[in-house]
Amino acid sequence: MKTRTPDSHDFPTRRYDLVKEFVIALAVISLLTVGLAAVFSSPDEKAITMAGWAKAAPNDVVATAASELAGTSGSATYGPPYNHNGPGQMMLGVPMQRWGGVRVPVDSAGLVLDPLRGATSDQAARTALTAWSAATPAQQTAWATAYGDALAKVPDGDPAKVAAGDYGPVPALTSAFLALASSGGLEGTLTASGTFYGIDATRSLLLLSDGAYLEDNARASNLGGDQWGMMNEFGNYPGQPWMWLYTFWYQVKPFSTSDNADALVWGLMALLTLGLMFLPFLPGLRSIPRWIPVHRLIWRRTVTHVKPVP
Amino acid sequence: MTTPTVADTWTARVADRIAHLVPPGQALPDRQPAYVASWIYVFGVTTLAGLAVVLVTGSVLAVGGATWWHVSSFGHFVNSAHLWSTEVFMGSMVIHLWGKFWMAAWRGNRALTWITGVLAFVASIGAAFTGYLSQTNLDSQWISTQAKDGLNSIGVGAYFNVLNPGQMLMWHIVLMPFFIGVITVMHIVLVRRHGVVPPIDAEEGVR
Repeated sequence: MKTRTPDSHDFPTRRYDLVKEFVIALAVISLLTVGLAAVFSSPDEKAITMAGWAKAAPNDVVATAASELAGTSGSATYGPPYNHNGPGQMMLGVPMQRWGGVRVPVDSAGLVLDPLRGATSDQAARTALTAWSAATPAQQTAWATAYGDALAKVPDGDPAKVAAGDYGPVPALTSAFLALASSGGLEGTLTASGTFYGIDATRSLLLLSDGAYLEDNARASNLGGDQWGMMNEFGNYPGQPWMWLYTFWYQVKPFSTSDNADALVWGLMALLTLGLMFLPFLPGLRSIPRWIPVHRLIWRRTVTHVKPVP
Repeated sequence: MTTPTVADTWTARVADRIAHLVPPGQALPDRQPAYVASWIYVFGVTTLAGLAVVLVTGSVLAVGGATWWHVSSFGHFVNSAHLWSTEVFMGSMVIHLWGKFWMAAWRGNRALTWITGVLAFVASIGAAFTGYLSQTNLDSQWISTQAKDGLNSIGVGAYFNVLNPGQMLMWHIVLMPFFIGVITVMHIVLVRRHGVVPPIDAEEGVR
């Protein structure tokens, strides 16, 4: 039998002071907030600087610079929206990442070369830049790849222990890049991107995330992607617990092992969100509250409306 | 030439429309149906109060600027209040949402009320997320570089660049609060328009 929900205005009423309720709620929430802020404060781990990265993990800076020059770094092979060097992820065969287009173009080799061209006054570095520019793209890639491979073979990736080889100007370039990063002058050249105001950190963040140092820091604080890191923050703070379901999918198969995990998780979350939004129209799901009568904990007394349903 | 009557003007029509958004006396009534007698009803109001505290603390942070709170102890305290009011706001909203689910609060032509509530919830998640991206600290660095992959994978990252704190800050302090404000007003108007949903057991059969 179909049922009809009676008009709420046809029921007996009771005094209810909405304004008083809001004012009391505002006072309680304000006091609670001030109390929580006073007791627990909030996290503010200082941002990693390029100078800090160079000091703490110089070999990582050199290896990252070599990978940018070789075109093997994460950003170099990423695809849209940064470049055309990767296919991008697919959602059930639909190339949505590619459809977004390359609207934030980033030349990975430029992450290393542009700051050096603009900042270095070191003669050896200038000679190396000239040699790099004079070489063919194939030669550049061969030099940088060989140097990157050589770095990977020595303990801790220490450039001083790399075996002799045909690396062209790459060791000089990466060494100069490390020196520039150590000087603290790298952020400005990457972030400003030719403008006075440096408010777009895309290039510096891509460079930082191409290295291992940022992730090592995060993993040490249990913030890795497979550690529910998406919803947490540094320190013992609640982070974004409302993102638990989104983060959950990354922890389980098939998402945890899929090359298209991000696209699949976003697709699933979009579907679930639409399901939640249009729940009133979904047969079965909309009847769950009738089948599991939690509502009787809320409406404990039977209240009869005044006017009968026609 | 005919002179337009008062009711024919755009202004009169808008005024009439506004006047009839909710039934007479229901915009801010001092009585509620007798079945509105549970603590669960409080969480709608605590959500609103939480939103107000979030807006106030965020506004104080805006006065000092994007990086003020890193160098000022008072700024840090205000940031802490902004963080914890967000947690309280989101917690209240989740409890409110669950309460309304178990009440099947979309009954009686209240589907749009439910939909605007879900939209407010999703938008609040986006607002909180852009807040984390606007902190200009290690959290922002890590969360943005992780989150970019999800947004890029569906093509959104081409337009919504989480690695650009300038863009994220504008979303956080302008676009998201504006959207949440509008959708919240719509939600409240719809609640007042239809009234609080009656108990499931009060429903009657119809032929």
